[in-house]
Amino acid sequence: MTAATRLRPDAPDDQLAMVGEVYSSTWRSIAWMTRRNLVRVTRLPSIIIPMAVMPLFFVVAFTGSFDGVSDVPGYPTDDVINWVAAFALIQGSSFAGVGAAGAMANDLDGGFIDRLLVSPIRRNAILVAPLVYTAIRALVPITIVLVAAAIRGADMPGGVLGVTLVYVGGVGTGVVIGAFGLAVVLRMNDIKAMSFIQMMSFLALFPSIGQMPLVLLSGWLHSVARINPVTNILRMTRQGFLGPVTWADTWPGLLALVLGVMVFGGWSRYELQRRNP
Amino acid sequence: MTAVLPEPALGMGDRRHWVVVIEQAAALAKRSIILTWRTPGAWVPGMILPLMLAAVYSAQFGSAVHLPEFPPVDSFLQFILPASVLQGIAFGAGNAGTDLAIDIENGFFERLIASPVARQSVLIGRIMGGAVFSGLEALVLIGVFLIFGATVSSGIAGALAIAFIAALLSIAIGGFGVAVALRTGSSEATQAMFPLTFVFIFVSSAFFPTELMRGWYQSVAEANPFTFIVDPIRRLVISGWSWTDVGQAIGLTLAVAVVSMSWSYRMYLRRLDVK
Repeated sequence: MTAATRLRPDAPDDQLAMVGEVYSSTWRSIAWMTRRNLVRVTRLPSIIIPMAVMPLFFVVAFTGSFDGVSDVPGYPTDDVINWVAAFALIQGSSFAGVGAAGAMANDLDGGFIDRLLVSPIRRNAILVAPLVYTAIRALVPITIVLVAAAIRGADMPGGVLGVTLVYVGGVGTGVVIGAFGLAVVLRMNDIKAMSFIQMMSFLALFPSIGQMPLVLLSGWLHSVARINPVTNILRMTRQGFLGPVTWADTWPGLLALVLGVMVFGGWSRYELQRRNP
Repeated sequence: MTAVLPEPALGMGDRRHWVVVIEQAAALAKRSIILTWRTPGAWVPGMILPLMLAAVYSAQFGSAVHLPEFPPVDSFLQFILPASVLQGIAFGAGNAGTDLAIDIENGFFERLIASPVARQSVLIGRIMGGAVFSGLEALVLIGVFLIFGATVSSGIAGALAIAFIAALLSIAIGGFGVAVALRTGSSEATQAMFPLTFVFIFVSSAFFPTELMRGWYQSVAEANPFTFIVDPIRRLVISGWSWTDVGQAIGLTLAVAVVSMSWSYRMYLRRLDVK
């Protein structure tokens, strides 16, 4: 907000009012663009159905196919749902992140972003709006997985705090992948970037403690999962299913999310700046 | 293409008609293979994703092979080889339908139909092109597994049999995709079939033995046709050559392929409005 930083405290009232108007207009732009994306979702069954069905499928498939792994000595819970629910919802919210990139790709393709860039709208609003849309969209798979897990008999000894961290982890992951997706789409300027973004999100999520604890992973996967930030996010998101919430399991996940938003958000800001007419 | 144009007077019952159909189908299949090869975006993800899943799962579930209910295998990598090959083929097979839907959307299909090409060739050529490509893809995937230490107990004959079954599976799945494309004329609707294929593969014995599943999920997985295809292929990989296993896998895949191709041909005639 360069206009705001240039203003002195004793600036005339009309200048202060103008700054307030700029801020208010930025939030209005974000709200308007978010609403536009949400309306688009509700009108496209091809987006709504996978958004609702895929997370449910992840819960059913991961618990059904790999039910027997809870018999492996050293597995931390006697019911596999307590372990894989967090992974299923993180996967579901990652699709929300990819969806943000898809919305941006469509808008680029249709020339909407270029029209926004020549309008007096703030650049940050163009990027923040799809991420707000991602955060709202991520609530759907998270809630679906939580309900399905509860029906399947999952425990939640972490209580309200545990559930809160489930939402923080899920929404945060969606926003990080969304920010990454925006940067890639702005860079490649092509709808074909979507499959690359989807692939990269798979590559980030799978080599982690998604389906098995770190102690039971072997070889290269153990080494990669140990340093993969997704492991920290999963540990934070999952802890409520396994026991009481602790700060030691929480802060590394929060840090991974904040760093993810900063790095990929910064990159997407840079890519948007390059497009300036 | 001009070298294989049919003579308009040839009828369906004429032997020469079918010779022309096969020649044209071969030309269109060749075109389809070249197009696929020149579009890595269409087939590379279908190879990378199963390999990535195999790499992750074998390091993740390596300790599960020691469970008493687990079939005797050298490693989880050997167990998951058939699933990864068929998964890769299934992903790629969906492209046949999507490509056709795109052709319908952009009008290329109508132009092809208006040209003097035998109607059966259009359908057979597209599906056969995908099948040949899938067979080659299967051999490459098996080769990658062998490099990373998996073994195929039935040897080269087994690997070739798996590649042949993979090609048949590509026809089976591709046929359904083509039918949906012809029915709807929409690439979006055809692409929506992809999760269904994923569900079929996942809710089967592909990634984990059904003996270690429980409840209704186990019953569904045991009844899933994909289980009846993947199990004999796995026995070829683990135990060695068996005509019974080869026959079961080929027979079942062929049956599904006949059903899907019949449906797609019906949809094709319907689109052409031929009674």
